[in-house]
Amino acid sequence: MKHLLSAGDLDRDAAIHVLDTAARMAATQGREMKKLPTLRGRTVVNLFFEDSTRTRISFETAAKRLSADVINFAAKGSSVSKGESLKDTAQTLQAMGADAVVIRHPASGAPHRLAHSGWVGTSVINAGDGTHQHPTQALLDAYTIRQHLAGGPTHDPTAEPDQRGLGQDLAGLRIAIVGDVLHSRVARSNVQLLHTLGAQVTLVAPPTLVPVGAQAWPCDVSYHLDEVLADQQPDAIMMLRVQRERMGAGAGSGPSHGTGFFPSPLEYTRAFGLDARRLRMLPDHAIVLHPGPMNRGLEISADAADSARAVILEQVTNGVAVRMAVLYLLLAKEKETWA
Amino acid sequence: MSSGPALPVPASGVPGAEVLGPAEITRALTRIAHEILERNKGASGIVLLGIPTRGLPLAHRLAAKIAEVEPDVDPSSLVGSLDVTMYRDDLHRHPTRTIGATEVPADGVDDKVVVLVDDVLFSGRTIRAALDALNDLGRPRAVQLAVLVDRGHRELPIRADYVGKNLPTSLSEKVRVRLSETDPDAGPQVVDTVRIDGGER
Repeated sequence: MKHLLSAGDLDRDAAIHVLDTAARMAATQGREMKKLPTLRGRTVVNLFFEDSTRTRISFETAAKRLSADVINFAAKGSSVSKGESLKDTAQTLQAMGADAVVIRHPASGAPHRLAHSGWVGTSVINAGDGTHQHPTQALLDAYTIRQHLAGGPTHDPTAEPDQRGLGQDLAGLRIAIVGDVLHSRVARSNVQLLHTLGAQVTLVAPPTLVPVGAQAWPCDVSYHLDEVLADQQPDAIMMLRVQRERMGAGAGSGPSHGTGFFPSPLEYTRAFGLDARRLRMLPDHAIVLHPGPMNRGLEISADAADSARAVILEQVTNGVAVRMAVLYLLLAKEKETWA
Repeated sequence: MSSGPALPVPASGVPGAEVLGPAEITRALTRIAHEILERNKGASGIVLLGIPTRGLPLAHRLAAKIAEVEPDVDPSSLVGSLDVTMYRDDLHRHPTRTIGATEVPADGVDDKVVVLVDDVLFSGRTIRAALDALNDLGRPRAVQLAVLVDRGHRELPIRADYVGKNLPTSLSEKVRVRLSETDPDAGPQVVDTVRIDGGER
C-alpha cells in the first residue's frame, strides 16, 4: 500500500490490519510519554484546500506523535489564492522533501490525480475530497464501532478498551447512516468499508438527499427513520451533518439558507433528526456516532449528542490512533524508488 | 542474510542440527530463574518483560519457575510484554512490520528491576530498541537481559546478564527457536527446540 485514496482500496484483511495497528497505537496514547520515534526525520505535509478543524489537527497530532515533521499548508493565505495550480503546489512541496502528502480538496478525485499523475513521488493520503471519499474517517468510525460492539453486545468487559475486538470484523452488525448522504463523502467511505467488514448498512435520508445511483451501493436505502429504528433495531446509528454550505440555493446565512433540499430545518429535524424519543427506540447497547461538526438542533438534538450512548468524542480520540496507524503503514518501510 | 548451503538433512527429516532440545531448554530456564533470584536477592521488585514474539512465552516460563521457588510470588503479576517495533532502527529497510502488544504489570516499571527476555541475542539492535521503548514507559532501577541463546556478532556494546547457551555461529547460519506457545504447528520434532542450519560450521 503506497497511497490511501479510497475506502474501497482496502479489502477485509487490509482493513482489519489497519484497525489492529490502530489499537496498538491507541495503547501507546494512554501513557505519560505519548511520543514514539518511529517516523523520525520523515516529513508529512498537510495540504488543505478546504476548511477543516478536526481532520487537520488529528493528522497533525498523529504525525507529531510518531516524531514526523509536519508542514501545514492552507490554501487561504498561500500562493493558491494567486492562482497557483495543484500541480505546481504539489511539486513545490515535493522539492522541499515531503514524504507524505495529506490532502483535502473540494474537487472529487484531486487526491487520485495527485497520486497517479506522476507529479510527485510521495505517499498520498486522502483527507476528504469533494463528495467522494474520506477513508480515514470511515476507518475511525469502524474502529469505534468495533471497540464497542464487535463479538456481540456481550463483549469481554475485562479487556482493555483499546484491545477489544482485536482481529475481528463487524460481521452481523446493523448500522444506520442517517441524513445528508448526497453531499457526504463520509457516508460513501463508510458504506464501502463497513460492507467490506461484513456489517449491514442502511442509508436513511429524504429522497432529495439520496444520490443518484445509491441503489447500486452495497446497502439498503430507506426514507423513513422511525421505521428503520423500529424494524431493524440498528446496533449503531451515524448521524450525518446537513452540509448547508454545499446546498447552494437560498444563498445567505439566514434560517432559510440552503434549504432547497427540504422544506424547512424544522421539518427536517422532525423527520430525520435524532432526539430523545428516537434515542429510546434504539436497543440498549446501541451507540450514536457523528463525524462532526454537529448542527445541534438540526440533525441531532442536544439530548442525543450529550447522552451516554454518544461516542462522538471517542471518535475524535480514535481518529488520532487510526491516522497514526495509516501513517505508520504507509511510511515505516522501504522507500519505493520513484522513477 | 543469505542462508548459504544447507546442512545435510539428518535422518529425522527435519532440516538443521538440534542445539537445544525440550529438556535442555527447561534446564537452561531453570538455571536462569535461579540466577535471577540469586543476583537480585529474591523476586521482590522484579519485572520480566518478554520481547514478542518468542521472548514473551520465555518470560512466562521463567516466571513460573521463579514462582516454584518463591511461593509467595504471583507469576502473572511478574510478567509483561514489550513490543519494540516502533523503536527499531531498520524500519526503512524492511516491508511494514506488524506491531505487537506492550503490556506492563499494573505496578509499572518505575524503580523496579526489569529483566528483558528474548530468544536469540545477535546484533544487539533489538535490545537497543527495547531500552529506548523501556525509557518511554518509566524509569527502572536497573535493567538486566536474559536470552536463551547468545549467537555472537554484536554490533552494539550490549551483553546479556543471563544466557541459556552461548552458541558460536557464522553469519551465514540461521538459529531457529521454535516454542510450543508460538509455533504449535512446527511438528513434534521441532517444537521446543533450538536448531541451527545453513552455512559451514
